Amino acid sequence: MESKRGSSNGGHPVNPSPKPSSLSSPKPAAHPMSKHTAQDNLRWFAVLVLPGLLLLAVFTYWPILFTFGVSFTDWNMIRPEKHLVGLKNYQELLTSPVFYQVLGNTLVFAFFTVFIRLGLSLLLAVLLFQNIRFKTFFRTIIFLPFVTSTAVAAIVWLFVLDPYFGVFKVFFDLLGQKSPVWVSDPNWAMPAIIMVAIWKSVGFSTVIYLAALSNINPELQEAARIDGASEWQVFRRITLPLLGPVTLFLVITGIIHTMQSFEIPSIMTQGGPLSATNIYVLHLYELAFQRFRAGYASALACVFFVIILALTLINLHLSKRWVHY
Amino acid sequence: MDQPQRKTSSASPSSLGRSALTYLVLGVAAVFAGIPFFWMVTSALKPPDEILVYPPRWIPSEIRWQNFVEAWNAAPFGVYYLNSLAISSLQTALEILIGVAGAYAFARIKVPGRELIFALVLGTLMIPNDVTLIPNYITLANLGWINTYMGIILPSVASAFSIFLLRQHMLSLPEELFEAAKLDGAHHGQMLRHIAVPLSMPVIVTLALLNFVSSWNAYLWPLIVTNSDAMRTLPIGLKLMRDAEQGDPWHLLMAASTFVVIPIILLFLFCQRFFVQGITAGAVKGG
Repeated sequence: MESKRGSSNGGHPVNPSPKPSSLSSPKPAAHPMSKHTAQDNLRWFAVLVLPGLLLLAVFTYWPILFTFGVSFTDWNMIRPEKHLVGLKNYQELLTSPVFYQVLGNTLVFAFFTVFIRLGLSLLLAVLLFQNIRFKTFFRTIIFLPFVTSTAVAAIVWLFVLDPYFGVFKVFFDLLGQKSPVWVSDPNWAMPAIIMVAIWKSVGFSTVIYLAALSNINPELQEAARIDGASEWQVFRRITLPLLGPVTLFLVITGIIHTMQSFEIPSIMTQGGPLSATNIYVLHLYELAFQRFRAGYASALACVFFVIILALTLINLHLSKRWVHY
Repeated sequence: MDQPQRKTSSASPSSLGRSALTYLVLGVAAVFAGIPFFWMVTSALKPPDEILVYPPRWIPSEIRWQNFVEAWNAAPFGVYYLNSLAISSLQTALEILIGVAGAYAFARIKVPGRELIFALVLGTLMIPNDVTLIPNYITLANLGWINTYMGIILPSVASAFSIFLLRQHMLSLPEELFEAAKLDGAHHGQMLRHIAVPLSMPVIVTLALLNFVSSWNAYLWPLIVTNSDAMRTLPIGLKLMRDAEQGDPWHLLMAASTFVVIPIILLFLFCQRFFVQGITAGAVKGG
């Protein structure tokens, strides 16, 4: 201590003043602003962001590169070596009738699920938006399937749709019709899984529509009513156009999401009968994890990625132009 | 101005008809939504000989709790339950931790290149899960984490959606709070802990609930990455029980289905507000 003081020329009065830079850096706390130097910010940023970034790199970005690379090989996931086969997997895919059938099934499944669901949920949201009794009860029960495990839903629905002992047979009897055998009939299996998919998700889009409805300024509708517009005209000319952006969002994200379905057909139909419900991810799963054709399955995954990416980019582009709230 | 308006919308015959139609449509929707739950619970309580009968027995003649015991013992459901509970909790905790840390950094720490890195994070939203299945299986196999909790959890704990939603919220917090803390000499860790996290609690709770539910219900990835009963979760266990039992013993399958969904349904009924906030925040604002 003594020697240090002695060495600094100024003696006591100079002592509290800043020391040479090499000594001042370890204790920046003395100066309030020094905690937020660029270097300090960078350190905190790295500490906070890196864990997440690293995981995303390993489990989301790397897989894209890996899948793309493997799609040009004949790898079977078991033996270590991979042989380059060029575009052979893509060639096989584009000439395979199964691929087109699966793609068609996926589009039919997504299209019908999304559009029927949107129509229903718009209707339900408009009805629920009124001043009615038991509103909370109706909203809760319509939303409940959305939080229910899809595996459970698929198994319970199999029993509900049982052609001999299921509840749904009662409705067909009331109508004097014979109940279809649903998942055992190639013509009825697709409607069955579409129905379950709608059941599962209609509450989600209803809640979104309800939020969108409450975002609409009621004065707009009120003004039209004062001008003598009927309720239908108010809905058709004012409410519906204002729901345009959220509808677009629900259509595109709905299609993206529904195209990636797996559980409902996997449990209810295993893609059958006669591949009538074999949809994309089911096909991919079977090729990769049951037949171990990693190369071909990767080509399938890459094509899927491009389709989903295209839909996402369309969504981003349109929502930039459309969204005006 | 208000007078004629009120006259048309009160008790005129057409509005009566309209509200009758409203209740009719909502009633049909509620029956459609509710019937699988009703059928699941009543079947779970029926004696076996009342399952395969037509016309169906809506209410069981006697309540048979024994079905739940038999279903519980038909497969190692105790293990599945513990696994689901542990995996969903751990997954949720990690995802929130990573989400809060990332969100704070992207919202509150200015460094060069921040927007670019944030774009990279958001970019992962465009990558469908299904494309990552094979590579992630290989990565985890190389790490020796197939059939472990880590293997089930790790690929999905960094979520761009959680980071995005929390960041939006933290951007909306008043700047003055952070300025004042800076003047008092607080560093970022302190501001994160004492300002950003407490003020983001509603969003954190919402995200945690949504995460917990989706983790509890997860099916495809746990199916791929587990290969023994010791690691399986409830949805996979239920599916395997159905595959294993001959001739579909529906009373047992419905009993098992009931105890798989009960915790989530209770969670939802008690915290409905948070669920609704969460999904609308993601769609209406985030879209």
